[in-house]
Amino acid sequence: MNEAMPILNAVDLSIAYGSDDAVKKVSLPILEKKITAIIGPSGCGKSTLLRSLNRMNDFIDGVSHRGQILYRGSDLYAEEVDPVEARLRIGMVFQKANPFPKSIFRNVAWGPSINHLPGDPRARVETALKQAALWDEVSDRLDDSALNLSGGQQQRLCIARALAMEPEIILMDEPCSALDPVSTARIEDLLFELKKKFTIVIVTHNMQQAARVSDYTAFLENGVLIEYGETDQVFTRPREPRTEEYVTGRFG
Amino acid sequence: MQPVKDLTTSHRLRQRQAKATFFKYFCIAVTASAVMILGILLYQIISDGYRWVDWQFMTSYPSRFPEKAGILSAFVGTLWLVSLTALLAIPTGVLAAIYLEEYAPKNRWTQFIEVNIANLAGVPSIVFGILGLALFVRFMGLNRSVIAGAMTMSLLILPVIIIAAKEAIRAIPNSLRQAAFALGATRWQVVSAHVLPAAMPGILTGIILALSRAIGETAPLIMIGALTYVAFLPESPMDEFTALPIQIFNWTARPQETFHELAAGGIIVLLGVLLVMNALAVYIRYRGSKS
Amino acid sequence: MSALSRKSVRWGESILERAFFLCAFLSVITTAVVIFILIRETLIFFESVSVTEFLFGTRWTPLLEPKSYGILPLVAGTALIVIGVAVLALPIGVACAVFLSEYASARTRSIIKPTLEVLAGIPTVVYGFFALTFVTPLIRTFIPDTQVFNAASAAIVVGIMVLPMVASLCDDALRAVPQALRHGAYSLGATSFEVTTRVVVPAGLSGIFAAFVLAVSRAIGETMAVTLAAGATPNLTLNPLESIQTMTAYIVQVSLGDTPAGSLTYQTLFAVATLLFAATLILNIFGTWIMKRFREVYE
Repeated sequence: MNEAMPILNAVDLSIAYGSDDAVKKVSLPILEKKITAIIGPSGCGKSTLLRSLNRMNDFIDGVSHRGQILYRGSDLYAEEVDPVEARLRIGMVFQKANPFPKSIFRNVAWGPSINHLPGDPRARVETALKQAALWDEVSDRLDDSALNLSGGQQQRLCIARALAMEPEIILMDEPCSALDPVSTARIEDLLFELKKKFTIVIVTHNMQQAARVSDYTAFLENGVLIEYGETDQVFTRPREPRTEEYVTGRFG
Repeated sequence: MQPVKDLTTSHRLRQRQAKATFFKYFCIAVTASAVMILGILLYQIISDGYRWVDWQFMTSYPSRFPEKAGILSAFVGTLWLVSLTALLAIPTGVLAAIYLEEYAPKNRWTQFIEVNIANLAGVPSIVFGILGLALFVRFMGLNRSVIAGAMTMSLLILPVIIIAAKEAIRAIPNSLRQAAFALGATRWQVVSAHVLPAAMPGILTGIILALSRAIGETAPLIMIGALTYVAFLPESPMDEFTALPIQIFNWTARPQETFHELAAGGIIVLLGVLLVMNALAVYIRYRGSKS
Repeated sequence: MSALSRKSVRWGESILERAFFLCAFLSVITTAVVIFILIRETLIFFESVSVTEFLFGTRWTPLLEPKSYGILPLVAGTALIVIGVAVLALPIGVACAVFLSEYASARTRSIIKPTLEVLAGIPTVVYGFFALTFVTPLIRTFIPDTQVFNAASAAIVVGIMVLPMVASLCDDALRAVPQALRHGAYSLGATSFEVTTRVVVPAGLSGIFAAFVLAVSRAIGETMAVTLAAGATPNLTLNPLESIQTMTAYIVQVSLGDTPAGSLTYQTLFAVATLLFAATLILNIFGTWIMKRFREVYE
């Protein structure tokens, strides 16, 4: 197996809502244990693209796609693929924190428990909460309702929830857009740590975040992939003029 | 998690997915059964009673002899009852809704009224029957008359009309009112010329549904003493009367099979009337949503 | 427009507003009159019969000698119907609601929901007829010992009557649960069964509970089906195959007879009705309160 084979790969991917293409012939590799950022103006199809990577678009009426999405070389949307299996390996953190109306412990333990993952649930919850940098704040009140946490804590809880499943890949859909700068910074720090164990794809409209945190950046505009490359290169020596406009338009 | 290329349903997942599929079809089956019950009900009634529904049935009085029996008095009684009830309940209900939505200040008193209406909507119909008995029949001395029945029924369906009319009026966007006010109209002019016409489809639908309810109610009429053997037609609101549901009740309560079939015939007529009314409501809603 | 006619317009407006207010206030008057009538006659009743005998007595024979005024048999009769409804209408209603909100397409919903509403629109006397002429014979073919008038038949039919309301309210409750919660659960590798039963339904539980409470209230107040099918025998039993009498059926029975006004028998009518009214009122208020609180969580 080629070591450089991307763990996820969109090949000539077009995604349509009804008859309108939201994503147009995008070919995007996601490399293992790296952070790939997808940036672009609002409504450019970033979230649609992200959701297709773990088959969350299956829940939206009228969505269809052409082209392929490959997971380790196999078509993610093949007939015989069970989307649940895909989501066991590819987790997601949503734009707005969506913890279950259950206790903090139950939130993190829920996924592993219904999937009968081995090991002590308490240890698993602790590990996940530590990885999400939330353990210190909640270790003494794991039975409290998750809804009592602040916005930033809830989002970190959702990250812990996804981590507890020990996925290979974590998709993050603008995870900090509803958070204050302090919470945002904490989550960004998290990402550096998580990168060691997980592959991360993060959609963001915050360019400083993308520049700071990611290894690779994809710039999408109107559903078209304008440029993809190492983050350093995309931000300092963009190949496409459109990229340069977008990137410099935001820098002070 | 061990990286695995194969994403088909693993052994672990197979049982869970099977459960998921089973549950989905279980819910479908239950819903289908519920719908089927409706079919069974209608089939039973129609097959029991269709032989009896003919012109003679519609134009004869009830009788001890089933072959001669008919629902004329009951049908006419129901017509009387519904007409009087409509006359009483519709203006009161619609105007009450107008008050609550257009005039009433948003304070505790208004809330109190609205809570009352909501509570009355949930009170069993037989309690309204008791109200009618004590207030209209005994206290006001109206005895077992159509008007007593109509007044009782009006009180029963009033909350239904008010709630439906309120919804319809509330759905009218404020911009319409503001525009009319800006032209110097008084509140009543705004309501009568702009809000009410716009809300009319919703209000009419609500009225029809409320009257449907009134047509089918039996308990209050029994309470105020609507008779079960009436061989005449009411000629004034003060006359005694019977109604379709009462006649059906009376026939059903008899032990003989033929009377049960007569009851089924009466039910067919009753359901027929309700069908017409509800079709009218659907038509109005359709026309209303088009404009 | 002259100052004079402006004033008369305003005067006319205020008359209109007062008239409309009276229409609305009629509801308050109605409630007051109902309560007044019920309480007055009930108090007179309690001059002859003690409260304890009424509430805790186990024999209800106000129409036969020796007269006895213990309401528990009627309460038991009503309770049997309610239990039947709860056992039938609630699970089936929730299953229908799950189908409608989690699995059905918009088109299917637009067909099934109105169809269920038809069940709700059928007059109760028709259900009484159906119970007596179809359900009871059906039960008797399987359980020959069943009496001709029995609680089970009435309970089944009242359950069918109440089903659309339960399904509709539960459907509303489930749809109020935000999509974000479902997506979160799915993203953790859950199947639709797990998402529905372990996330959505628990999140909608108080709405479902409110639906249940309101359905019980409806069942308690139901009259014609139980009068026709359940019987006129006050019977303190939990056996649904026996003939019983509910509170509502008793009220009908007394009205059908010739009861002189002012007699004790006449007053039993009001005493029973007061209990009925109080029970349904409490349940309705409780149910609506839960529903409101549930909605507030998800606004």
